[in-house]
Amino acid sequence: MHDFEYEAPTTVADAVQLLANHNGSARILAGGTDLIDQIRLGRFAPEVVVDVKKIADLQALEISADGLKLGAATPCYRIYGDEAVCRDYSALADATKIIGGAQIQSRASVGGNLCNSGPAADSTPALIALSARAVIAGPGGTREVPVEEFCTGPGKNVLQPGELLTALVMPARPAHSGSHYLRFIPRNEMDIAVVGAGASVVLDAAGETFVSARIALGAVAATPLYAKEASELLAGKPVGDEAIEAAMAASRKIAVPIDDMRGTVEFRKHVTGVLTRRALEKAIARARENAGS
Amino acid sequence: MATVEKEQQAVSTNGHYKVIGTRPIRHDGVDKVTGRARYGADTRLTGMLPAAMLRSPHAHANIKSIDTSKAEALPGVRAVVTSADLPDATDRVANLGEGTVNLKHLSDNVLAGDKVLYRGHAIAAVAADNIHIAQEAVKLIQVEYELLPPVLTALEAMKPDAPLLHDDLRTDDLGEIADTPSNVATHIRFEKGDVEAGFAAAEVVVEREFHTATVHQGYIEPHNATALWNADGHITIWMSTQGTCTAPQQTAELLDLPVSRVKVVPMEIGGGFGGKISVYLPPVAAILSKKTGRPVQLVMSRTDVFEATGPTPGSAIRIKMGVDGQGRITAAEAWLAYEAGAYPGSPVGAGAMCVFACYDVPNGKVDGYDIVVNKPRTNAYRAPGATNAAFAVETVVDEICEKLKLDPIEFRINNGAKKGTRRIDGPVYPRIGMEETMAAIRDCEHNRTPLEGKHRGRGVATGFWFNIGLKSTAQATVNPDGTVALIEGSTDIGGTRASIAMQLAETLGIAAEDVVPTVVDTDSIGYTDVTGGSRVTFATGWAAYLAAKDIQGQMIERAAKIWDCDVTAVDYKDGGVVGPDGKRFSFKEIAAEAHKIGEPVIGRGSADPQEPGGAFGTHLVDVEVDMDTGKVTILRYTAAQDVGTAIHPAYVEGQIQGGAVQGIGWALNEEYFYDDQGTMRNSTYLDYRMPTTYDLPMIDTIIVEVPNPGHPYGVRGVGEVPIVPPPAALANAIYQATGVRMHELPMSPPRLLHEILKQRASNGDQ
Ligand SMILES: Cc1cc2nc3c(=O)[nH]c(=O)nc-3n(C[C@H](O)[C@H](O)[C@H](O)COP(=O)(O)OP(=O)(O)OC[C@H]3O[C@@H](n4cnc5c(N)ncnc54)[C@H](O)[C@@H]3O)c2cc1C
Repeated sequence: MHDFEYEAPTTVADAVQLLANHNGSARILAGGTDLIDQIRLGRFAPEVVVDVKKIADLQALEISADGLKLGAATPCYRIYGDEAVCRDYSALADATKIIGGAQIQSRASVGGNLCNSGPAADSTPALIALSARAVIAGPGGTREVPVEEFCTGPGKNVLQPGELLTALVMPARPAHSGSHYLRFIPRNEMDIAVVGAGASVVLDAAGETFVSARIALGAVAATPLYAKEASELLAGKPVGDEAIEAAMAASRKIAVPIDDMRGTVEFRKHVTGVLTRRALEKAIARARENAGS
Repeated sequence: MATVEKEQQAVSTNGHYKVIGTRPIRHDGVDKVTGRARYGADTRLTGMLPAAMLRSPHAHANIKSIDTSKAEALPGVRAVVTSADLPDATDRVANLGEGTVNLKHLSDNVLAGDKVLYRGHAIAAVAADNIHIAQEAVKLIQVEYELLPPVLTALEAMKPDAPLLHDDLRTDDLGEIADTPSNVATHIRFEKGDVEAGFAAAEVVVEREFHTATVHQGYIEPHNATALWNADGHITIWMSTQGTCTAPQQTAELLDLPVSRVKVVPMEIGGGFGGKISVYLPPVAAILSKKTGRPVQLVMSRTDVFEATGPTPGSAIRIKMGVDGQGRITAAEAWLAYEAGAYPGSPVGAGAMCVFACYDVPNGKVDGYDIVVNKPRTNAYRAPGATNAAFAVETVVDEICEKLKLDPIEFRINNGAKKGTRRIDGPVYPRIGMEETMAAIRDCEHNRTPLEGKHRGRGVATGFWFNIGLKSTAQATVNPDGTVALIEGSTDIGGTRASIAMQLAETLGIAAEDVVPTVVDTDSIGYTDVTGGSRVTFATGWAAYLAAKDIQGQMIERAAKIWDCDVTAVDYKDGGVVGPDGKRFSFKEIAAEAHKIGEPVIGRGSADPQEPGGAFGTHLVDVEVDMDTGKVTILRYTAAQDVGTAIHPAYVEGQIQGGAVQGIGWALNEEYFYDDQGTMRNSTYLDYRMPTTYDLPMIDTIIVEVPNPGHPYGVRGVGEVPIVPPPAALANAIYQATGVRMHELPMSPPRLLHEILKQRASNGDQ
């Protein structure tokens, strides 16, 4: 394994400064569950590794009237270990519960999952379904990007040299809302999504009509996708097979998967529809149980 | 071969034995669970250097040149080796305990000569002060390749215009050597009766073609070797191996040295399943040690293990079977093409012998083809060759039963092989337990419980494996306190320290705990064949039995001396010696006496038994299929197997469960997934999907005991046959659940969903 220096700043400003000083030859370390292996395999050969776990802000997990603020380095186990997250941001709890096993979850962060920018990242479709925005700090200050616009290709994203992701912010959840994330894997554990789907719905008080919905897909394109048409067509429609089937078809339409060792194009396209249905059905069931808190 | 008293054989272990059939704690258990057991990669020697390998990034290429100068110049590098450092092996053949081996092929597999034949093929190795320097140096070795098109499947490689792997390989076609080079190494045939007449007499004939993927044994511990080439010319190798005595043979042959110059110290082994018989690293580590004067260690990565050790072949198989109106098999034909990998030697011969081995087939013909392709050289994997064949034939049997509305279990009982049945390849069976395993499955609670629910199905399949005998040695020293130190040369993979010690204990009438078994190096014990072929409990157990008999004889003599009577007046009975007038010493007493008077008591046993006793297993499985994703969930699984005599039932169950699990992995998700360049795209455990505990139900076992007439305690090998039935049993269950017949392994979700969608489309729905 390649030798590198290790830095662990305690403020965002120091981190930004360190990154600026190393001008592209530094890599950010959160849980390291992707990064360490990538260095070991020679995919990255950074001169400096900047550990951001010691920055208090990046370990945040705050729920307020404005919504959820999740520090970029907050590990999975704290996320699904939080009752309010499980209740109101269920899709995120679902995703963080299935990333790796207990060992991985005690380190791996949602920020790292997003910044690694793999098409099959489990938490990203959940974030998109929950309308999350990425908060980015850099030499020029901070900016926000909707998560569906964050990834630009496999392993690529909008971060510029010197920038780091500090938080993910999600709006407050209204009454009669519910969400779910699930993935298809051939085994039952320790596997990478062949297709992933996240859905969030807001229903009317009777639980019979979609007020709004957001559907997101993983592993069926070069980046996780927001299924815009599938999401928008549900608004105002009665909850039922007809609407769900229309959403399934619209999801399948935007899936542009590849054939590889994990699945075929045929399989992924078909299962995109299947998981769209399953994600919606569970989100609907949760929404119907949610009278507001 | 020593003769053996068989009078103590009984129909079942129940109550007949004191030690056999009990479940003592294994002798190596504490070390294993406390992490104290030492595996090959734990070896640390003073001055030891780590080494790294350069492996081919291409599946098929000529090597134009290798320039190691930059690597050698890197500070910290101690030595570099390439095939130029190996003795010339051209035209040498050797018998290395696995049959005759072409040494040139073995040598080229260890370090490529002028050609690389698969991705991952070893080319050079570097020993350095630390592993990082060694890995860095590997990157500095410059190899000039001339790329050649790869050929990756048996059917492609058989085509007349296929790229050739070896320009000197000519087909041995039923004994005749062809004139022109080919990728087909051999064509074999077995025949019996009149096949045409047999098919003419059939009411139903089913003919199908099957494909199976290359799969790996998936042992947890990667291959490793630490070698010291001592200044006196003696070489010691610490390694993980199934062949304590064959590894030094192979290494010595490859280095062109007398076998006595190579000592192997077998370390604990983290699984092998047949894949740790061939030698990959020891000659390379040895030469690096010779060059540096230091011990050198090589350890493979998981990707190396996948890409460059010996998986079991992918195959193409055609089966044709005819059955008459009475439900009797009238004729059967098989055509099997197995991928040998880069060098000839697939287990197609075994596949051809096993394909119809469970049945009484009056007229049969089997053709087998051994074919080289640009994949790693295949190696043994639990009942090598049999699982592929069983998947095909057991699926066809299921389809025939469906067509004739016959119960698949009754069909198998009615047509099953039994004592006196002659296999198509010739041998006539002694007493075997095929029918008994079928009956056990028919009558078990699982089978008597109806399966209910949508998209659920139940499948059954059976399988056969020969097992082998071969040579083993054991030596037992009697201690003054009445315990026995047992030394043996069989590396312990499945709890064989216990199963061998138990046979010694049974014979002497002492407790299993009073035997201390140790696996020793090749200078310390007589020749012992591989831990493979389901032979260790059978053959090394036999050697231990003989060592115990030897001790019995010496104790009788000693007692006669003490009691001052004739030896014929003394007998060994119930764990001690008995003499005239009710005189008796327990084993503990005579051991103490013997220590006071006369020479130390050491028993020796060496065996070369010839009748390993074939093994049959029948598996029953319930599945549920997710019709929208093609994912198969196993609801319930029962495996019945004729084990002869279960020496240590817990390890027999462990073997049956382990075999079934590997068969399940092979059936559902495991495969070498290649791109068209011949690169395996899933050479990690993330994407090479072996089942985890979350994917498996409890594997219930039914131990059937039809004692092997060829063993003093009736032992049959148990380790291999349980991998044979699972793919077919699952395919048959999937058919019941979905109406889709699968003819290709693995039956992964994309493949199964594809067939489900095709069926839906042809039924006109959605
Ligand atoms: C055994 C195992 C199982 C796994 N299972 C899953 C799974 O089921 N699903 C799944 O999606 N993933 C899985 N992963 C991958 C990995 O665990 C996740 O992607 C995880 O969320 C990464 O988070 P991390 O905190 O460890 O990131 P790190 O490895 O620390 O970082 C990942 C990448 O993001 C960059 N980065 C990290 N934080 C920031 C930041 N704040 N700003 C800018 N860049 C940053 C790093 O430089 C690096 O390139 C698994 C990994 C392992 C080893």
